Amino acid sequence: MRQFTFRHLFNKVRGGVISPLVLRDMGILGMNARNIHYIARYNDRRKFPTVDDKLNTKRAAGQAGIPVPELIKAFETPASRKRVMAVIEPLWQFVVKPARGSGGKGILVIAGRNGDKFRKTSGVEVEVLDILRHVNNIHSGLYSLGGKPDRVMVEALVDFDPIFQNYSFEGVPDIRVIVFRGFPVMAMLRCSTHASDGKANLHQGAVGVGIDLATGKSSHAVQRGLRIHRHPDTDFPFDQLEVPGWHDLLHLAASCYEMTGLGYLGCDIVLDRERGPLLLEANARPGLAIQVANGVGLRRHLRCIEGLDSEMLGKRVEQRVDFSMRTFAADL
Amino acid sequence: MSPRVQVYLIAVLLALIGAGLTAYKHFELGFPLLPGEYRTVWTIEAKVGFEAEGGPVKAALTLPRAQRNMEILGETFSSSGFGFYIAQENDDYRALWSRRSAEGTQSLFYQLDVYQRPGAPLAQPLNLSTQVQKPFLGAREQEAVRLAIYALVEQAREHSSDVESFTTQLLIELNNDDNQDRNLIFRHYADSTLVDVALLILATADIPAHRIRGLYLEDDRRRLAPEDLLEANDGKHWIVFEPTTGMPGVPENFFIWQRGGKSLLDLEGGRNSQVTFSVIANDVPARDVSMRSTSRDREALVDFSIYSLPIEQQSIFKLILLVPVGALVVVLLRVFVGLRTSGTFMPVLLAIAFIETQLLTGLAIFTLILILGLWVRFYLSRLNLLLVSRIAAVVVTVVIIMAAISVISYKLGIEQALTVTFFPMIILAWTIERMSIVWEEDGPYEVIVQAGGSLLVAILAWWVMTNRYVEHWTFNFPELLLLLLAFILVVGNYTGYRFSELMRFRPLVK
Repeated sequence: MRQFTFRHLFNKVRGGVISPLVLRDMGILGMNARNIHYIARYNDRRKFPTVDDKLNTKRAAGQAGIPVPELIKAFETPASRKRVMAVIEPLWQFVVKPARGSGGKGILVIAGRNGDKFRKTSGVEVEVLDILRHVNNIHSGLYSLGGKPDRVMVEALVDFDPIFQNYSFEGVPDIRVIVFRGFPVMAMLRCSTHASDGKANLHQGAVGVGIDLATGKSSHAVQRGLRIHRHPDTDFPFDQLEVPGWHDLLHLAASCYEMTGLGYLGCDIVLDRERGPLLLEANARPGLAIQVANGVGLRRHLRCIEGLDSEMLGKRVEQRVDFSMRTFAADL
Repeated sequence: MSPRVQVYLIAVLLALIGAGLTAYKHFELGFPLLPGEYRTVWTIEAKVGFEAEGGPVKAALTLPRAQRNMEILGETFSSSGFGFYIAQENDDYRALWSRRSAEGTQSLFYQLDVYQRPGAPLAQPLNLSTQVQKPFLGAREQEAVRLAIYALVEQAREHSSDVESFTTQLLIELNNDDNQDRNLIFRHYADSTLVDVALLILATADIPAHRIRGLYLEDDRRRLAPEDLLEANDGKHWIVFEPTTGMPGVPENFFIWQRGGKSLLDLEGGRNSQVTFSVIANDVPARDVSMRSTSRDREALVDFSIYSLPIEQQSIFKLILLVPVGALVVVLLRVFVGLRTSGTFMPVLLAIAFIETQLLTGLAIFTLILILGLWVRFYLSRLNLLLVSRIAAVVVTVVIIMAAISVISYKLGIEQALTVTFFPMIILAWTIERMSIVWEEDGPYEVIVQAGGSLLVAILAWWVMTNRYVEHWTFNFPELLLLLLAFILVVGNYTGYRFSELMRFRPLVK
């Protein structure tokens, strides 16, 4: 942990500062521009609850026919020990999440059991009491924005497609696709590492792998802002990485546009061994790290979509995905 | 209209109003734009001294009137044992002291504070009779004097074109020791002063004129006798002349006490009377001068503002008015720099606490409370409490820690730490709670980053908020808040890169 911290700092200092003109020429999207030009303009506030509350997302996805991880139980009100136990007792693996958690906070993944104890993905064992406290905390709004009371979801653990086994340490790899006005414009795979403590957050040291929209193959990989070619823990080269069923995955992402009605959207997708791509959550304020993972700026892709005529924008999901796969192929 | 245009429109409007009000306050009401500007306020004291004869006494002193370039800020009278009132007699104010019986030396005082307005025109309009009373010069023994006067008038008239130049010429001649006519006149009027003689000659020449009494404002002068100027009418205006040089115009620093009219002092029931003046210059903060001079006119802008509050509330507002500045610092740091803090405006509250506690003490106390609080919080988290009770428990702990810091430091003789009470407890408790979550989820490194970011923003906000210029502006020109609001609105439209992004996206540039 510490050595990465120092290296990280060192890189920042060594890299210094680049001219904003260079960034603009490269079409890098900045936080302020994202907020004003895309989120404020294309994302209707009234539609935010669909994505900000994961229970709502699940319901909407169900209606739109978009596959999601199975919801085992939602606790709308503070739950007693008995009710929680009744739900988790028969389960071997499950995930406890806040419905309105922000930034992946408050997600407890139980990967197995050991007698009375529950084993987290990291191997640490927790007791029933810890799980109850976690449920309580979520209800009290500890993980939600502004500390508002929240709801608790108990979800089935996704049976991950082993295809990414070699590219992930402990944690869960997921694929983030930015969908702009229904068109997928950029995608990345987030692989957890030992440094990121099994989490898929890039700023904590997870690897961001840019995925070529045309093929589903890796085009670029970055850890802590530095380009890498092999996974730091498993040592597998990224150029052999290819997401299976790429077209289906993009199709799922693009159809989230109809589901949420949000013009600028980040979809987090996981691959299930049996069911294929599942929508984990959607995000109305997707971050900008995807540009670093891909090594290219978002602006050009977004401009390209903005320049389309209304006929093109009214196209069905299938045609939109085809258009994106044709247009946004990574130039390797 | 697109929202963007609306924002700029509103911002321009707000900025104009804010800047306009500020300019008005500065230029019209004289509020200083910079802190620590001092204005000279002259305190003039007139002392009326006389010997009372034992009977009823009545003294009347002519009082100065407001003038364009001199603002009278306040007057005080002392009247030991005398009845006192101010009487108005056709445009003249006179202070009247009276007493049934008095004996021995008496002193009466009249004191006034005067502020000299820079740049104000010195000439005063005056509405006074221009009737000329020709002096009687027909007596035989006055033959020579009469001829000398006519000669002087003739000479001055030849060398001049109008009343102004005539008077100047005349005064120059009257100051010329080599002029025989002049010497003759002065020998005849041995008791008269220069101004008396000049008035006599002007009357002979049919020019309306009178005397002006006043004094030169110079610091630390005592027992001054009033000085005389001369004022003559050229048919349209009154022109003031300095008698010894003959220069037209009121000399700088001359405070006009009385123009024309009657005597300076009228005394009944006393003798050996005299009026002496003393002058002291005080340097007074410019704002106080403005406040004192506007308080009389009840300017709406001043009257319906923070100044109308009691002093205690004013000092609270002084702090509240700084909050927007702190918010601006936060906005700038987040929008242009991209610093991460825990809680958007928490650093502003911290900065306010720092203002009260001083920076270093504040930092030490904050760090101490945070560390102790986190430690307690970690223990509490093992007790499986509900969140609300846990945060309440942290609040109580924070209060206990604060009390302990106060008491212990007081016993140790460190008075500074007593200011600990200014820390916002609830905010601290929430900060501790969030920090402990961050610690659990993202590790101690992130805690240090966020706490450090918050502290950095708080220190910067503190630094800006304690700047004496900022303090001066926010308190004396609350209108500037509109300007600040306009600026924040415009900043809200900024779509460029943040400074942190210039480093963050560095790896993208090959």
